[in-house]
Amino acid sequence: MTARIQPDEQHPDHRIPDDEARLERQTGEGAQELHTRARELVLTGGTWPGDELGDTMVINMGPQHPSTHGVLRIMMELDSEEVVRAKAVIGYLHTGMEKTGEELTYVQGATNVTRMDYASPLSNELVYATAIERLLDIEVPPRATWMRMMLVELNRISSHLLFQATNGMDIGAVSMMLYGWREREEVLRLLETITGLRMNHDYIRPGGVAADLPDGWREHVADTMDLVEAGVADYDALLSENPIWLERTVGIGRITTEECLALSITGPILRSTGFAWDLRKAQPYLAYDDVDFDVIFTENGDVFDRYRIRLYEILESVKIVRQCVAKMPSGDFRVQDRKVTPPPRARIDESMEALIHHFKLFTEGFKVPAGETYTSVESPRGEIGCYMVSDGSGKPVRMHIRGPSFYNLQSMGPMVKDSLVADAVAIVSSIDPIMGEVDR
Amino acid sequence: MSDEVREPDHEGEPEALTRPDDDVAAALCDRFPGAVFFSSHGQSVVYVDRSQLADAAQYLRDDEQFTMCMDVTAVDHLVDGVRHQPPGLVPERFEVVANFLSHTRNRRIRLICEVPASDPSVPSLTGVYPGTNFPEREVYDLMGITFDGHPDLVRILMPDDWSGHPLRKDDPSARVPVTFKGDPRPR
Repeated sequence: MTARIQPDEQHPDHRIPDDEARLERQTGEGAQELHTRARELVLTGGTWPGDELGDTMVINMGPQHPSTHGVLRIMMELDSEEVVRAKAVIGYLHTGMEKTGEELTYVQGATNVTRMDYASPLSNELVYATAIERLLDIEVPPRATWMRMMLVELNRISSHLLFQATNGMDIGAVSMMLYGWREREEVLRLLETITGLRMNHDYIRPGGVAADLPDGWREHVADTMDLVEAGVADYDALLSENPIWLERTVGIGRITTEECLALSITGPILRSTGFAWDLRKAQPYLAYDDVDFDVIFTENGDVFDRYRIRLYEILESVKIVRQCVAKMPSGDFRVQDRKVTPPPRARIDESMEALIHHFKLFTEGFKVPAGETYTSVESPRGEIGCYMVSDGSGKPVRMHIRGPSFYNLQSMGPMVKDSLVADAVAIVSSIDPIMGEVDR
Repeated sequence: MSDEVREPDHEGEPEALTRPDDDVAAALCDRFPGAVFFSSHGQSVVYVDRSQLADAAQYLRDDEQFTMCMDVTAVDHLVDGVRHQPPGLVPERFEVVANFLSHTRNRRIRLICEVPASDPSVPSLTGVYPGTNFPEREVYDLMGITFDGHPDLVRILMPDDWSGHPLRKDDPSARVPVTFKGDPRPR
């Protein structure tokens, strides 16, 4: 695992760990100590004790507050401006997607899961498709693998750009909203030319992807990546040394590695505490071990670090996308198994068998051997997992998605404690929760 | 396994290994009598008795460096066509599934326990892994399985006054009419 070191002369207290310190933290004696401390930690995330309130006041922020990223409601007990404790109340966007997933065939299910994390739908599709592929025991062709990787990274870029935009607006840098949206729009336009839709793509399907790359995709991707890189340089120049920005973010909403481990928190929040854990490096899937990129991490675990990590992760994703463009193999974009993938449109007119396969696939779907599996990928927000149970029929018995936002939201309580209300907005924003995924 | 004669009927069926090739699973099986190891598509799964779930999790955390509980969920096997299970295990209606990850050893393991419909309860993991607070509430809310020792076991996704547990197979999705449809109030 490699790590990138971001020099920061402006803030000597923002020490960034070197490789040795990180390795020590993860595998050496430091790790043992870390785990001992994590063991002693007792955090009752989200618990609201029913004892007497003194001079404090309980207020609700949300579920319609503009800075709660959807319909998150936060119950805060306030002592004047200070938050004594806070609890996340969720469920306002619960639409029973796991139940729906049990009633859809495996072919239809991708349109369901893609609506969970609507800021990074391709990660959801990927984890869903890999779970089915593991149960079916099929392997997708190399071109599909690389296309998936490129699209997921493009999606990571658009998701982090969305974060930069909303995070800037929440903290008061309203111009960031425009800048972040400007570049995100370009990425979405690129995704639209490839997948046909700006979001909820239903593009990564069991057995491969839905369609091949369109003509002229190389130039389009290259141009978009240049735009994104220029955009990131803009944000860096605008915010990273901006005294107002630093005042609002540095040292706010601190969290430690122990707390993250205890509370099952993954993704940029975990990496901001000096723990360089990224599934793309640690347990490579797709073709991540064939591309060169760094895992970004910092050591302070505050709002500024989470902003910085997501900013530089955009550049790492740009690196990966460029390598995908350079190394994109030719060949099939989906597995040539007529039980799993539909026949090409032209074949349906000339072959009775192709017509039957097409009809069967889109009416009753394909059957998956009985079994259970858990697959996971690194989404922009952390580990997204899919626990899939099949009973040999055409629909899953259980389709459970481990949404990273759902778990990451548990960090809100300890981070918001003893901070100001205005900082609570910055902290919630830095968690980057997507309520569609939290409530499912 | 090679000298065993396989019945033609059992072909393709899961086969429990008498001695797991996975050191953590082997240690779990030694420590907790009745635990059954099962390799599911290359992933280590250990079926433990439900009374031992929290103890097994504690052992994983304290002695085997499983630093994080990734996920807690449950499955309702009421209407399964074919049930995929290792032999030698008494199947019950519900299964509670917990996934663990060790950062230091870079590996995963899964614990599953059988939960009967007559008494759907398991010990809570929140004392061992505080991050299981939300997911256990979710399982309680949607599947109706209680977690003994959970600090705040209330509904999390459904409204507080909801009756029933929607992810159970005997709770059909059309049980409750769609709100706002055919609203009788005058406009």
